[in-house]
Amino acid sequence: MKAPRVQLMATCLADAFFDDVARATVEVLEHLGCEVSFPEDQTCCSQPAFNSGDWPAARQVARHCLRVFNDAAPVVVPSGSCARMVSHGALVLFEGEPEVDRTQAAELAQRTWELGDFVVRGLGVVRWPGRLGMRLAFHRSCHSRGTAYAEGALTLLRSIDGVEVVEIGEGEQCCGFGGTFSVGFPQISRGMGTLKIDHVLATAPDALVSADSSCLMHISGLADRTGRPLRALHLAQVLRDALRAASPEVRA
Amino acid sequence: MSRHQEPFDSFAAAQSESRRTAVRLGSKAGHEKRTEVLNRDYPGSPSRVDSLRRLAGEIKQHTLDHLDLYLERAQARLEANGAKVHFAADADEACRTVLGILQSRGAKRVVKTKSMATEEIELGAFLEREGIESLETDLGEFIVQLDADKPSHIVKPIMHKDRREVARTFEGHGLGAYDDTPEVITRRAREHLRRKYLEADVGITGANFISAESGRLVLVTNEGNSRFCLAATRCHIALVGIEKLVPRDRDLGVLLNLLARSATGQALSVYTEFITGPRAASQPDGPDEMHVIFVDNGRSEILAGDCREILRCIRCGACLNVCPVYRQSSGHAYRGVYSGPVGAVLTPLLAGEGFNHFADLPRASSLCGACNEVCPVDIPIPDLLLRLRDRGKRAGAKPAAAAPSMKTFARLASRSATWRRALRAGRLLGLLPGPLRPRALRVWSENHVLPPWRGGAFREWFAKRNRPPVDGAV
Repeated sequence: MKAPRVQLMATCLADAFFDDVARATVEVLEHLGCEVSFPEDQTCCSQPAFNSGDWPAARQVARHCLRVFNDAAPVVVPSGSCARMVSHGALVLFEGEPEVDRTQAAELAQRTWELGDFVVRGLGVVRWPGRLGMRLAFHRSCHSRGTAYAEGALTLLRSIDGVEVVEIGEGEQCCGFGGTFSVGFPQISRGMGTLKIDHVLATAPDALVSADSSCLMHISGLADRTGRPLRALHLAQVLRDALRAASPEVRA
Repeated sequence: MSRHQEPFDSFAAAQSESRRTAVRLGSKAGHEKRTEVLNRDYPGSPSRVDSLRRLAGEIKQHTLDHLDLYLERAQARLEANGAKVHFAADADEACRTVLGILQSRGAKRVVKTKSMATEEIELGAFLEREGIESLETDLGEFIVQLDADKPSHIVKPIMHKDRREVARTFEGHGLGAYDDTPEVITRRAREHLRRKYLEADVGITGANFISAESGRLVLVTNEGNSRFCLAATRCHIALVGIEKLVPRDRDLGVLLNLLARSATGQALSVYTEFITGPRAASQPDGPDEMHVIFVDNGRSEILAGDCREILRCIRCGACLNVCPVYRQSSGHAYRGVYSGPVGAVLTPLLAGEGFNHFADLPRASSLCGACNEVCPVDIPIPDLLLRLRDRGKRAGAKPAAAAPSMKTFARLASRSATWRRALRAGRLLGLLPGPLRPRALRVWSENHVLPPWRGGAFREWFAKRNRPPVDGAV
């Protein structure tokens, strides 16, 4: 696939907390020759309201999202969770709703990509240039289940010169974030997160990597609070950092 | 924290450490064994395990989509095989149908195998009230009955207990001096139960499947207790949810291959019985009479709704074993016969009018989807949990006080200018004194260090770098 014009869906978390993840995503896509636009009216994919069971509120936000991204260009999201909201959740959300919503939702679903998946399956890039001397623990975030997201991210990470990717024990287990779940069920959430941190630290990594800022915010926030800090990096940041370490001709 | 969180969360937190450990290690071991055995027996990429799960899901979904047809066919075959067929609309009718059969035979003692359908209709307690001795013969269920406890797992009812607890129970019920050796416990139970089989009048079972094609009723156990129940009594009563049908005998090949591996990591359970009717004239032993009671108890209503896929469930317990929330909270947190992810869907649905009493269960999930990934009939459990959250919200069920208002969120997130202002204003949150912060944020901060607020920073960066060159600069 020729590198196309793409629209960046930065995600609400990057908008509010993780600006560097969105910046890194732009740099990664531009390195691949994409022309990146950022529709300024974007807000959120609607997942918080969808998961909370407030579907009228979720539909209000999802319809806004459909309007903002109505341009035909592919949408790239540095988050498996938001990508799955657009490509799957929204279809459930609009079941039984007017035809126009369902058609638009299905159309956006079909051209929305998680970042790593877009690079690997969308653009056919399976080797990442540059160099990064790091031992990385990779967290398969739950929204990668049933998708090629995790395999895409792993393909890219493993191809980076100097990167060693280590498996986390009980990798199929959720970190315990779950959006408002972590607020309504804080003790169960903490129990799940603590087990995840145990497994991550057992691999003695230089950093924990995930394609989802939400999992990382929960895991590293809990790790900090409980006095065993760990460094968390988003997939986009790792790819960008590897590029920075590359020779100038690769960067160009 | 406790004022704001869900009671389910408090229950999980209040468990003893030994119980939490027993549940976590038990379910982890179950999941690991399941995965190892399935991948060993169905290796390949793309995953053959997944192809098989999807096929099984299609078989069960097809059956549900034509359930009226298959029920009619099953009834005709069962009757041709010599069984009597009954239909019970609800738990009460099911229990009374059993009682009617027992009274017609003057039966006073029944022996039971493990059956979720009988748990669901609370048959044991009903029979006790009617003066009939009803004895559980599955070892786990027997221990639950001695303790007047509730099963905490669909397949392993005493996952929450350790052997010391069981040994104390046996001692307390006159089944020998304290000894927590598993072999000793099992032998004592066996000796006690053997006498009981011989004294019993009627054997009551569930059914894992009934083939509509042949009327074959399939029972899967590991202890052989169902064989004793049926060999020693003259009358067999099977309580069967209407969704337990499969169209053809050959479909059992797919489902049995998945059931034992998913449930206990066995290629095949120790006993898989195919029962085609009461004792034939040429058979020396076995029941002269066989009754099959098809139990609806809310299933028709589920079938008509948007969560009907849950009726594919074959009660293997794999979703419980893999579920991180189940592992933290144990089965009793779900307050119903069915626990774990399947229970979080089924219990509120089966409650009918009482839906709101169980509307918190669908919320007790991080929606991680591990349940769907292991489900032998590929039930999209996270989608069903989400639909039930929507239903609960519409029905006025109240979430925990800490849950943030989604109306406010929707107002912000559907107006671009308001959203941008909020991104900038969010920097003020950190300046607010603790008690003035939104409750959700306070709860979050108890467990987490918040990352610094960077609202709008990306937008500023992106706008600056894309600013067109100033006129004349070129």
